[in-house]
Amino acid sequence: MAEVKEKREQITVLFAGDSGDGMQLTGNQFTSTHALFGNDISTFPNFPAEIRAPQGTVNGVSGFQVKFGSSRIFTPGDAADVLVAMNAAALKANMHKLKKGGILIANTAGFDSKNLKLANCEDENPLESERLEDVMVYDVDITELTMAALEDSPLTKKEKLRTKNMFVLGFLFWMFNRSLESTENYIKEKFSKLPDVIDANVSVLKAGYNFGETSEAFTSRYQVEPASLEPGTYRSVMGNQGVAIGLIAAAKKAGLEMFYGSYPITPASDILHELAKHKNFSVRTFQAEDEIAAVTSAIGASFGGALGVTASSGPGIALKTEAIGLAIMLELPLVVVNVQRGGPSTGLPTKTEQADLLQAVYGRNGEAPIPVVAARSPEEAFEATYEAVRISVEHMTPVMLLSDGYIANGASPWKFPEASSLKPIKPLYAEKTEEEYMPYARDEKLVRKWAIPGTEGLEHRIGGLEKEELTGNVSYDPDNHEKMVKLRAEKIDKIADYIPEQEIDNGSDSGKVLILSWGSTYGAVKTAVEDLLKDDYDVGHAHLRYLNPMPRNLGEVLTKFDKVLVPEMNDGQLIHIIQSKYNKRCIPLNKIKGIPFTSAEIVESVKENYA
Amino acid sequence: MSEVKEKKYKAKDFASDQEIRWCPGCGDYAILKQVQSAVAQTGKPKEEIVFISGIGCSSRFPYYMDTYGMHSIHGRATAIASGLKTARPDLSVWIITGDGDSLSIGGNHLIHLLRRNIDTNILLFNNEIYGLTKGQYSPTTPEGSHTKSSPMGVIDHPFNPISLALGADAGFIARTVDREPRHMKDIFLQADEHKGASFVEIYQNCPVFNDGAFNAYTDRGLKDENTLFIEAGKPMTFHKDKKGIVLDGLKPKVVDLTSDEYSVDDCLVHDPSDRTVAYILSQFFDNDKSADLPRVFGVIYSENRPTYEDQLSNQVELAIEEKGEGDLDALIAGPNTWYHQ
Repeated sequence: MAEVKEKREQITVLFAGDSGDGMQLTGNQFTSTHALFGNDISTFPNFPAEIRAPQGTVNGVSGFQVKFGSSRIFTPGDAADVLVAMNAAALKANMHKLKKGGILIANTAGFDSKNLKLANCEDENPLESERLEDVMVYDVDITELTMAALEDSPLTKKEKLRTKNMFVLGFLFWMFNRSLESTENYIKEKFSKLPDVIDANVSVLKAGYNFGETSEAFTSRYQVEPASLEPGTYRSVMGNQGVAIGLIAAAKKAGLEMFYGSYPITPASDILHELAKHKNFSVRTFQAEDEIAAVTSAIGASFGGALGVTASSGPGIALKTEAIGLAIMLELPLVVVNVQRGGPSTGLPTKTEQADLLQAVYGRNGEAPIPVVAARSPEEAFEATYEAVRISVEHMTPVMLLSDGYIANGASPWKFPEASSLKPIKPLYAEKTEEEYMPYARDEKLVRKWAIPGTEGLEHRIGGLEKEELTGNVSYDPDNHEKMVKLRAEKIDKIADYIPEQEIDNGSDSGKVLILSWGSTYGAVKTAVEDLLKDDYDVGHAHLRYLNPMPRNLGEVLTKFDKVLVPEMNDGQLIHIIQSKYNKRCIPLNKIKGIPFTSAEIVESVKENYA
Repeated sequence: MSEVKEKKYKAKDFASDQEIRWCPGCGDYAILKQVQSAVAQTGKPKEEIVFISGIGCSSRFPYYMDTYGMHSIHGRATAIASGLKTARPDLSVWIITGDGDSLSIGGNHLIHLLRRNIDTNILLFNNEIYGLTKGQYSPTTPEGSHTKSSPMGVIDHPFNPISLALGADAGFIARTVDREPRHMKDIFLQADEHKGASFVEIYQNCPVFNDGAFNAYTDRGLKDENTLFIEAGKPMTFHKDKKGIVLDGLKPKVVDLTSDEYSVDDCLVHDPSDRTVAYILSQFFDNDKSADLPRVFGVIYSENRPTYEDQLSNQVELAIEEKGEGDLDALIAGPNTWYHQ
């Protein structure tokens, strides 16, 4: 059969189906295979909050977008080259995300009258939409072909139907010329006790591949070469995984046992799941009765000399705030991870947002500053987490680590470090000396020493009441209170001396427009800046990891640009802090839709503000 | 596990240098003294003892103990202690809390600590009032009480703390009272001896906002007929053995032992391991006013079951046995890696 192999630098595929159709698994397997092949890759799972939303409806559509390529990839793509739609609702919800000239693979069984009705498309079948005029549409009866491939299988009809996502996967592996091996191994491991299920899934996977091979309908196959990533050993990592591994690594490097107190919440729970698997690192996970117990148990553990960690998302963080204030008074290490989601209140549990920055920096009673560190991507989550732990332990303070739903569930290749190359983390322990022990004596960094129960002669009492300087005894003295408030603030400010200076990520270090970003907007801005630089725009990009305290030289960086554009997935929070701190008017770019920026949106805003 | 180091202490070795700031006549003084005496008697090294409190008058307690301690935030002592004991099973952890702290704002953490059976000693100072905030009713204030926040009488139905602990499957449940120093100390020692969560309710008089709340159990003229001090293996008699408790089916009743109708041999014998008996004793409470039953003091229930922290430590050991001590490089690399030229 004649076939054309078209070379492509980057491809974006969007899998869309019912939330029970296995689109997340399909997307993850597709991702692993391409990562192993050597492509750079970025993913964006987008699913409903309901575990099984009403079948066949638009509300129940689950999507998984993945971009892979032979060049560097920083976002899961603005629009899709290939859309897989398992039913009418999936197409209706995602049609607009397909590029002109793109490919639609539609499971015709999902477009029968029942499905059209469920998707509220009785009047117009989305397959016949005008919007698909510039699109190559492949109608494939995936359901029928799956059943045919399993004619001899002893599985029930329902079980057979459940394998149809493997058909899609096999077919796409054919389309992109990829091996089935990694997925076959995955299936064999996952269903190791169910040989019939293994056989069925592998048969359907192969059937999908062979369908591409034998069906005359498809002539185009694509060739995406491995990416020119930095040489080295890579793995694929998801954001929550990166956080979990970062916590374990940092605890180990600090010589501390980790205690993780957590209450289940979307999208942070995967950190708990990951950590619970690694008890052989002496990780103690504690599924607490509520968010308050999660953080306070971690504080108790830190008092006992462990690394206390807790994680949650916005609503849970709100519940933890009083306890974070206690940790500020106690001056003990505590890492609080906030995997942000759309708010306020319960908000959009499965959607992403960056609207908890002001909560992180300011959201406590009293004068209660804490360091805030933000991760920017799945592959950087490890390093950001490691830094959060380092600051917390070496500066004896609670630290807030911000991630978000986009980072948490996204995946990308990660050139991981060797353990021996990680910065040492040195806890400052109190020791018994001739002199009387002073729990609140400080070193040059204004950090007090950690006295661990069990150490003879260092018995002491601490608490949430204001401390007398040095002794730590309860004090209501007015001058002492003012002094302690200032000392605690200065201690946090001084951390700026122990973090790197702000660097320019890309572009010029002075000129017309600086894009100042933080958190998961990194990828979209990075891609946008690359495009703008190609078109000779005078732009620079600075990305903040340290949000409190900010790098020492940030003010200077800002003065070197005529304009500063601050893109955020909120209604303008970083911009508040920057403007009040540095007296520099900035241009806000806000998106509050529960979905990440596209790079095109950033490019457009720069162009608008360029003149 | 750390080796057992026993030291010789006197009660005063546990007094800190801080000036005690409870109101004159507060029941807390007597409790502090007996706790100091009890921990001295255990011989545990003071550096391995931690007192954690929440907020309230009683929660000042850790400042007065020369051990490690934390005066934390309202209601959370139990949760903080849960984390501490889980991370450091080798420490002896005491929780100091009050009726508002542990049964109102911290009610959730208390019941979860009890069900998990974390080996801590919980001393609940029950004065049936909010003292530190100056006299509002608490979750144990009897219905109808007139307080600052209930000028027309309390309409909240109160908790029966012993029933609550029993309902949460606490492994050790006892009640004592601030006016019985020897009994208190004995209960504290038994609580400390018990492996698992030990729940001790202490009736504590607040002379300022709720004076005399427990007069019926402490006044010389009243206490004999109103209190039943129970001991394992002993028949339940009180009022100088003039009265006893017998079971009429499952219903307890007070009988006159001076008449010919009943003798000591008819009386219920206390068995702290018997849950049914514990349940019956927990019901000797104000809720059933018609029964005229005495208030019970002593160890009401005691059972041994595995502690949370031991089971978690076992899982950690098992994980190390099965997978080997964590290899950081292997963890960071994960199961699938590839090399990029």
